[in-house]
Amino acid sequence: MTEDLVLPAPREAATDATDAPGEPLLVVEKLVKHFPVKGGFPIRRTVGQVQAVDGIDLTVHVGESFGLVGESGCGKSTTGRLITKLLEPTGGSISYRGKDITHATRRQLAPIRSEIQMIFQDPYSSLNPRQTVGKIISGPMEINGLEPEGGHEKRVRELLEIVGLNPEHYNRFPHEFSGGQRQRIGVARALALEPKLIVADEPVSALDVSIQAQVVNLLQKVQQELGIAFLFIAHDLAVVRHFSQRVAVMYLGKVIEVGDRDSIYTRPRHPYTHALLSAVPEVNVGGEDTEDGEDVPQRERIRLAGDVPSPISPPSGCRFRTRCWKAQDKCAAEEPPLIQISGNHAGHLTACHFPEEPTIEARDEDIVLDPALVALEESDD
Amino acid sequence: MWIRFKRDRTGVISAYVVLFFFLIGLLAPVISKLYGKDPYTVYADERPELFDSAGVPVQPNGGISGEFWFGLEPGNGYDVFTKLLYGIRTSLMISVAVTLATVLTGILLGVTAGYLGGKADYWISRVIDFLLAFPAQLFFIASMPVVVSLFVSPRDETPVYVRVVALILVQWFLGWMSLGRILRGTTLALREREFIEAAKVSGAPPGRIIRKEILPNVVTPILVQGTYMLPNFVTAEAGLSFLGVGIVEPTPDWGQMFAKASTELVMQNDITYMFFPGISMIVFIVAFNLLGDSVRDAFDPKTAR
Repeated sequence: MTEDLVLPAPREAATDATDAPGEPLLVVEKLVKHFPVKGGFPIRRTVGQVQAVDGIDLTVHVGESFGLVGESGCGKSTTGRLITKLLEPTGGSISYRGKDITHATRRQLAPIRSEIQMIFQDPYSSLNPRQTVGKIISGPMEINGLEPEGGHEKRVRELLEIVGLNPEHYNRFPHEFSGGQRQRIGVARALALEPKLIVADEPVSALDVSIQAQVVNLLQKVQQELGIAFLFIAHDLAVVRHFSQRVAVMYLGKVIEVGDRDSIYTRPRHPYTHALLSAVPEVNVGGEDTEDGEDVPQRERIRLAGDVPSPISPPSGCRFRTRCWKAQDKCAAEEPPLIQISGNHAGHLTACHFPEEPTIEARDEDIVLDPALVALEESDD
Repeated sequence: MWIRFKRDRTGVISAYVVLFFFLIGLLAPVISKLYGKDPYTVYADERPELFDSAGVPVQPNGGISGEFWFGLEPGNGYDVFTKLLYGIRTSLMISVAVTLATVLTGILLGVTAGYLGGKADYWISRVIDFLLAFPAQLFFIASMPVVVSLFVSPRDETPVYVRVVALILVQWFLGWMSLGRILRGTTLALREREFIEAAKVSGAPPGRIIRKEILPNVVTPILVQGTYMLPNFVTAEAGLSFLGVGIVEPTPDWGQMFAKASTELVMQNDITYMFFPGISMIVFIVAFNLLGDSVRDAFDPKTAR
């Protein structure tokens, strides 16, 4: 809401000191989004709040790829939409390069609009069926008054080449392309404004597995060669592991654990992260070689029971306590803060009163909470 | 789309028929000049030898002859052929104006309701529900004199253009809701699509989103509804003129010719006067409705007939 936000930022600003890798680009603090639930007759009133995002803190650094993982409905996509200002936050703050953009209007956002772009989940609905590829990609440039050297068409053709499409596709319509190709067009559209940060909302989950790899590699190439920071939202842990340097795990509108990739994937502390990792399907259990040539030890096995509680009335204290095998009275009474627990690497924060051991190796006894699964396994014995 | 339409033979033929009627309407002054007569000449005074003492043409079939191709009207003795040409002209002009007005209103209110949602949507939808509950025909008949009297005092002579404006207003008032509703629904569905969000992320103002992202995607329902609505307005206008609340003598009008013809049918048992306006209107309406079907089929190949 500051006044200087209205002034168009000079494009040379891209090279100033705040652009050095490692500097915070986007800082999100205590971000809250509640959706009102309307009901009642004859006078409709708000009868509840869906607490989609309930106080999350994130920092994305310049040029970094930050992964955001969690189950369906935990508020990942809402977070992405809040950051790109498609939704208005209920509380908290979002600042981009030190400027508070939490409640900025469209006009106030104009100078930095081009720096935060988005890639969408569904390539079949993210492209206007009535516009040619050229129009789709050059539209954002037109809106933001960008006049690239050699005109829009030349730039679009360049972009098409960058994302691995034939520049001759300029005049085609989206329906002439496959899902993967459409997603590449979506990437080209996001790149058209030379952004500094791209919010990718499950960019590959609607694609075939074989195509997923291609698109992820394209995104990785873009991220590394153009130095664009990514907020990569996904539920596929393997994809995030491949793509992101830092990862945050969300559960029911909260970040419960955040850290660099290796900390999260090999030394997780939060029980939910353990459960999530143990649910990743694995090929060649136990016999797989690591990069160092060592045998990977057998992984732990955790199977949770039940569903995620309703975000309209989330559990008190720790939100995971209703499904946690270590839950105690303290978990219901006190909400665990997101802090660095002893034994964690720097920057690895966990929100848990009773953290797990930092390993994913198999335990003496599997944790199987699902009664149906227990019964099934007992009948097998 | 165009190719699919051209493959539909019914559609192409009806398109030609419709085009023919519009050309006739447009070129009515030219044709009547070539033909050498106009619809305002009172032939009962100019050529009294053609009429008997009761004012009925002497020759059979309403006085059809080489000179008066479609005959002469009893009474004032207007030339039926030019009267029909000008009648088509008046009717089509009014209907096209009503269609344009309703389509514009439908787009404006429908897309606004769908795009903004919330309160705007609620109130526009309630207005649509309210207007849909009106008995349209009764409302037209009852309100025409009222609307006309808004412009001129009932004691004065009503100019033709006032009647035309009143006809357009009355039909527009109860005509836009169906299209408005359809567009509201379509826009509501489009608004949730990700390409709208993509436009928002790139900073597009709402006006641009509506113009460039939404409107091109609702062209199909607009065209289809438009081609269905126009013939309806033609018949409605004809109905009003038939009942005497639309266009009145001496201005020629399609519907008003039926009024004249029906009195003759009763009085003299002569069907001639019903014949030309009747046949032409049936041909026009059928052709336009078939055209509407073909347009819909061309745009939406999934619905089988």
